[in-house]
Formats: sequence, structure tokens, C-alpha cells
Amino acid sequence: MSSETSTVTSEPPPTTADTELTLRLPGESQKSEAKSTKRRFSDLTDLKLGGNDESDTECSVVTRSTPAKERVVGWPPVRSHRKNMMKKDCKYVKVAVDGAPYLRKVDLELYSGYQQLLCGFEHLFSCFTIRNVLNERKLMDPVNGMEYVPTYEDKEGDWMLVGDVPWMMFVESCKRIRLMKNSEAVNGSELLEKC
Amino acid sequence: MVDRVDSAGEWTQSSRFPDEVLERVLALIDSHKDRSSVSLVCKDWYNAERWSRRHVFIGNCYSVSPEIVAARFPRIRSVTLKGKPRFSDFNLVPEDWGADVQPWLSAFSTAYPFLEELRLKRMAVSDESLEFLATKFHGFKALSLLSCDGFSTDGLKAIATHCKKLTELDIQENGIDDLGGHWLSCFPESLTSLEILNFASLNSEVSFDALEKLVARCKSLRVLKVNRNISLDQLQKLLSHCPQLTELGTGTFMQELISGPVAEFKNMFSNCRNLITLSGLWDATPFYLPVIYPACASLTFLNLSYATLRSDELANLLSHCKTLRRLWLLDTVGDKGLEAVGSCCPLLEELRVFPADPFDQEILLGVTESGFVSVSRGCPKLRYVLYFCRQMTNAAVATIARNCPDFTHFRLCIMNPGQPDYLTKEPMDEAFGAIVKTCTKLQRLAISGLLTDRTFEYIGKYAKNLETLSVAFAGSSDLGMEYVLQGCQKLRKLEIRDCPFGNAALLSGLTKYESMRSLWMSACNVTMNACRVLAKERPRLNVEVMRDEEGGDDSQAHKVYVYRTVAGPRRDAPPFVLTL
Repeated sequence: MSSETSTVTSEPPPTTADTELTLRLPGESQKSEAKSTKRRFSDLTDLKLGGNDESDTECSVVTRSTPAKERVVGWPPVRSHRKNMMKKDCKYVKVAVDGAPYLRKVDLELYSGYQQLLCGFEHLFSCFTIRNVLNERKLMDPVNGMEYVPTYEDKEGDWMLVGDVPWMMFVESCKRIRLMKNSEAVNGSELLEKC
Repeated sequence: MVDRVDSAGEWTQSSRFPDEVLERVLALIDSHKDRSSVSLVCKDWYNAERWSRRHVFIGNCYSVSPEIVAARFPRIRSVTLKGKPRFSDFNLVPEDWGADVQPWLSAFSTAYPFLEELRLKRMAVSDESLEFLATKFHGFKALSLLSCDGFSTDGLKAIATHCKKLTELDIQENGIDDLGGHWLSCFPESLTSLEILNFASLNSEVSFDALEKLVARCKSLRVLKVNRNISLDQLQKLLSHCPQLTELGTGTFMQELISGPVAEFKNMFSNCRNLITLSGLWDATPFYLPVIYPACASLTFLNLSYATLRSDELANLLSHCKTLRRLWLLDTVGDKGLEAVGSCCPLLEELRVFPADPFDQEILLGVTESGFVSVSRGCPKLRYVLYFCRQMTNAAVATIARNCPDFTHFRLCIMNPGQPDYLTKEPMDEAFGAIVKTCTKLQRLAISGLLTDRTFEYIGKYAKNLETLSVAFAGSSDLGMEYVLQGCQKLRKLEIRDCPFGNAALLSGLTKYESMRSLWMSACNVTMNACRVLAKERPRLNVEVMRDEEGGDDSQAHKVYVYRTVAGPRRDAPPFVLTL
């Protein structure tokens, strides 16, 4: 606790957010957690301690690399109809990382392509760095040297490699995303069918 | 009519064509511009022209009243009517602004009970009006609604139910209340006359059974554009009933079950020997695109603006489309895709590249100046371009102008407002200067990027055939607008937003506006007083100011719409529209 000197305006009492114990994914600092809770306060659900039930441990955090500029009305001059045809409803999907107890949610609508999505993963799970090897998109945790391959479940219930289909088609058909540990991905029988 | 000059040098009429002959001859003239000229020759020709006219084109519904039209032209069968200013497409005009079609329909029900065709653009159309149209005009045949609003699918039900001789139903890009697809099932079994059916822009599902039966019994069907809900196998069934189609808009071009289906659909187009236009193609992937290859050789218009294709997918497709004259794309194809356009389509006359993600300012994807230059190299016949991009250079546009000197329509949208040449950091003045200097046939121009008054100086000096000019976030002073008003003799439509043009600029066009269809100025520096002066000096203009929704300075005129009219001030103006 920092020492307090008496001032004319009294400081607000410490809030529960400051003192609550929280679990975080490896690699995140307290500071980044606090920042992200402030960014989208309307989206947050309470963080709970422990628990194996996925639904209890979700938190939805949406990040953008830079703040959005103010949009000008009617610019660029694209007709509403065309806007609506291309636009879809908010597309939140759960992102699970093998070995981590928490799920995250991302809004696929915020990303324009696979590269941006991977950047988004980098932000969400700050332990990862993107590693593009021979056009395969992978994420790597430099701490433990593990590679993670992004996979997703599509409308049919099949697990596919992220990046195989055009971006818009992926957004349309993706139900949830799983960052699979590389050894599993290579041996996974689900994926062999798709190769 | 034959005139002779006698010895005193005076005109005499030595013989005349009977009116019927004159009317017969004039009946062959279709162009409304030509007819306008004809009507100005003399009184007899004016009368012959008005009796022989079957189609009337009204570019601004408030420039004339239904009564005046009905009085002048007694035998009209077909009407084209346009309403709101074009910027209403981009949400710059509040709802309930006007352009209601009902007063026109009411007048026509007595004047033209045999009206057959109605084509509306940016009009307010209610379900009641559609029902009125369907029930009061017994021979009604063709309805086309583009960018209209105010109606729902219930209105379409009325059309389908009552128009026994319907040949055309063309619904495009309207602000429609989609209450379901039941309207299509309202076509009676006795209706066999349909030639054109376009419901591509409606979202809800129609009964496929009803659609299939309708298509099967309408043997003259030549244009069919279905919506996204129609699947590939459903499309195949439809095509088996109408191989004579000249224009097709597909539904979704993807099946979710991948179980060797391409072979199934391989022959879908092999009987369609007359196809010249293809559109739709939602969700098209490289897996299914080859299905259309057999139809590509005869295509002249390919609309891929709803298919998110990549460059290689486009290149493969275009290698089959050597006769294309018109091509619409999404910028997902990138510069590489446009290189393919340049190499595969030497006959190309029109190219439109739309942005897949226009509102995301973080993206650096899409097309650049390089793609545009590639197309210009391979397609010297280009005359119409609409191009959305995020970067451009003066040098590139100068090259493009040299390669394609025949441009009639040049619409360049650099999506970040006020963006300079990204290499030299200079304004984009020289780019548009090159266009107007080189492309002497230019009729329509839309400019963007960082632009000073110099751009307008060029336009005023060189763009002598320019009829339509769209300006946004450009110019440095009143001089800009003045250059254009003084120099562009054929200017008819001028639309300006977010520019530093003020009262001097507005009033410099005092004598010009009556020779134009309309002027739009929004978010500029014009005051109410200047508008009042204009209105007072020019009683044959309607000077309308739209009040700003957020209040703000009442002395400023935030949105100004000026147009010539013989109908006087609007009687249906809503409270937020002030006619000065």
C-alpha cells in the first residue's frame, strides 16, 4: 500500500478489481490484464478462480492494434446495400489454446485476413509470436519452444487448418478455433482427412 | 415541312408533311435528348413530337409536376422517374425527404391508364403505391425499382398477384422491408409472360417449387437473377428449364457438402448458348468456379463484385473470358488479379473495382495504382472506370490517361479523404489534370485525394464535355468551384461535400444553374443568406436547405440542394427542408 498524504480531494478507496486474485494465462502481466479489462468493460464477465467448466472461465477480450479513427458519414461512397451484402453479424468465436485453462473469444469481423487474425492471437495470448514457415501459419511460445497450429471447427463439425480457404469463407463457416500443440496437429487423425 | 426562300429573302412554306407522316417519322426517334431537340424546331414539330412520344424520362421528379407531364404528352406508355439526390445513397439525405411516387401514380391513373412500364430510381415507394399500380393499370408490364425505399415484400405480392401481363420485375438495391419470400408464390399459374426477373438483392428465401414452376412456364424468360438462398443444385434445375437465358444471376456458388459435386454441375451451363451476362456468384470458390467456364467464352459482362476471389482464382477464370467488355470486381483480387485482367481482356470497356472492406482503416490490402496501370496497358478501349483504392500517384494516373484516352466516365475513389500522392506527397492535382487534358470525351468525373484549386482549374479549362462532377474533401478556396462553373459548359450535375467553397462560389453560378439539372453542396461554407439571394435572383430554381440534425449554427446552410424546375416550390417538403 502506498503511503497517503492528506490532500483536499480524497482518493477513492481501492476497488475490488485492484485487490481481487485473478488467474491469467502464462506470459501475461498484471498490467496488461488491467489494461484489457478497461478496454472493453461492457464485454467482460467476471473472472472466476479455478473451475474446469469452459463456460465459467470465458472472458471476451477484443483487441485492436490501434484505436479506430472516427468514421465520416457516407464515406467512402459505398451504397448501403453493398455494405449490407458484405457485412455479417458480429462473429464471436471461442479460441482455445491447448494446455491453457481459459478460453478467449474473438470477433472475426474485426479482422480482415489471416495475418491480422494471427496478430490478434499474439495480442490475446502475449506469450506467442507468429512464425510463418513456408506459408504455414503457426504460433510459437518462445518460453517452452512449443509450436501451435491454428485449427478451427467448421459448420459441418470438421476440424480444418486455419488458412486453407478464402478469408470470408472462413469467417462464414468457423464455429470455434483451437490452437493445437504441433505434435497433436501432425498426428491428429481428424486433420489427416483434410490434407 | 419544306421551306423555300423567295426572291425577297423570306421563308415561305411551300409544302408540308401531313402531321401523321411527321409523327410516324418522329416515332422512330428513341433518345429523349433527340426528342427534346426535335420539339424545339417549331410548333408543328413540337406537337408532332408530343403526340408520338411513348416514353418520358424525368431526371428529377421535382423539376416538373405530374399534371404538366400529362398535359404535354398524351400517349405515354413508359415512364422513367428519378427522385432523391444521389448522395442519399450514402446516407446524406434524411428519411422522409420526399420523392414519393404516389402523386405520379395518381395522375397517371387518369392520364395513362394504359401505362406499361415504370422505372424508378431513388424514389419513395410504399406498399400502397405498389398495390395501386398493380390494380389500376390493367396492361401494366414492366416494373424496375433501383435504390428506392419505403416498401416491403407485401408490395411485391400485389404486383405478382394482379399484373396479369407482367414481363419484367427488376428489384435492385432497395431499402426494402423483407418480410419473407412468399411474394414469389403469388404469381398465378396463368402468368407465362415473364421475360425479366431479378430478385438478387432480396434476402429471404422464396419457395423453390414456385420459382421452378414459374421459370418453366415462362418460355420467353431471358433475364433471371436469383438471390443467395438458391443453391447450386437448385440453380441447375432452373437452368434446365431456361437454357435460352441471356442474363443470369446465380445464387450461392458453393455447396457445403464436398462429395464430388463438381462433376455433377460440370454440364450446368453447357446448354446456355446465349448467355452474355453473369452475376451473383456469392461465396464462389476455386472448387466450383470451373463450372462456369463453358459459359465464359460468350460473356460480355461478368459481375464478380460479390465473390471474394483472390488473384490466382480470378486469373484462372479470366483466361476463359476473352470477349469481356464489362467487368465488376472486389478488391480482394489485388493488383495481381488486375494484371490478369490486363492480359486476358483486350476488349474491356468498363471496369469497376469495389472495396471488400471499405470501413476498416487499418487495412492495407486491396488494389493500388499498380493494378490500375496494368489494366490500362492491356485494355486500351477502357471508357468507364470506377476504382476504389487506398493509394495512388500522379504519375500512375498520367500513364493511365495516355493508355486509355477514350475515357467517358472516370471515377477514382482514394478511400482516405485528402490523401496525397503517396510517393511524392504532393496533391493529386496533376493526376486529374492529365485525365481532363487527355480524355476529351470525358462526361463523368469523380475526384478524390488531396486536391487544391489547381485541379478545378484544369477541369474548368479542359473538361469541355463534362456533364457530371462529384467532389469530396477537395479544393482550397471559392476559386475551385468558380473555375468549374465558368469552364464546364455542358455541366448538368454537380455534387460537392466537405469542401471549403463558400458564398462567392455558390453565387458565381447564378446564371449557370438553370442550365443544369441540380447542384448539391453539403458541409461547405455556404450561409443561409447567400441561399436566399440565389433563390430571390432565380425564381425558376428551387433552393432547398436541409436543417442540420444536430442543431448547430442556424446561419450556416449545411446541406443545399438547388435544381431547376417548372413546377415551383415543393408542396410536400418535410419540416427539415426549407425552400427559400
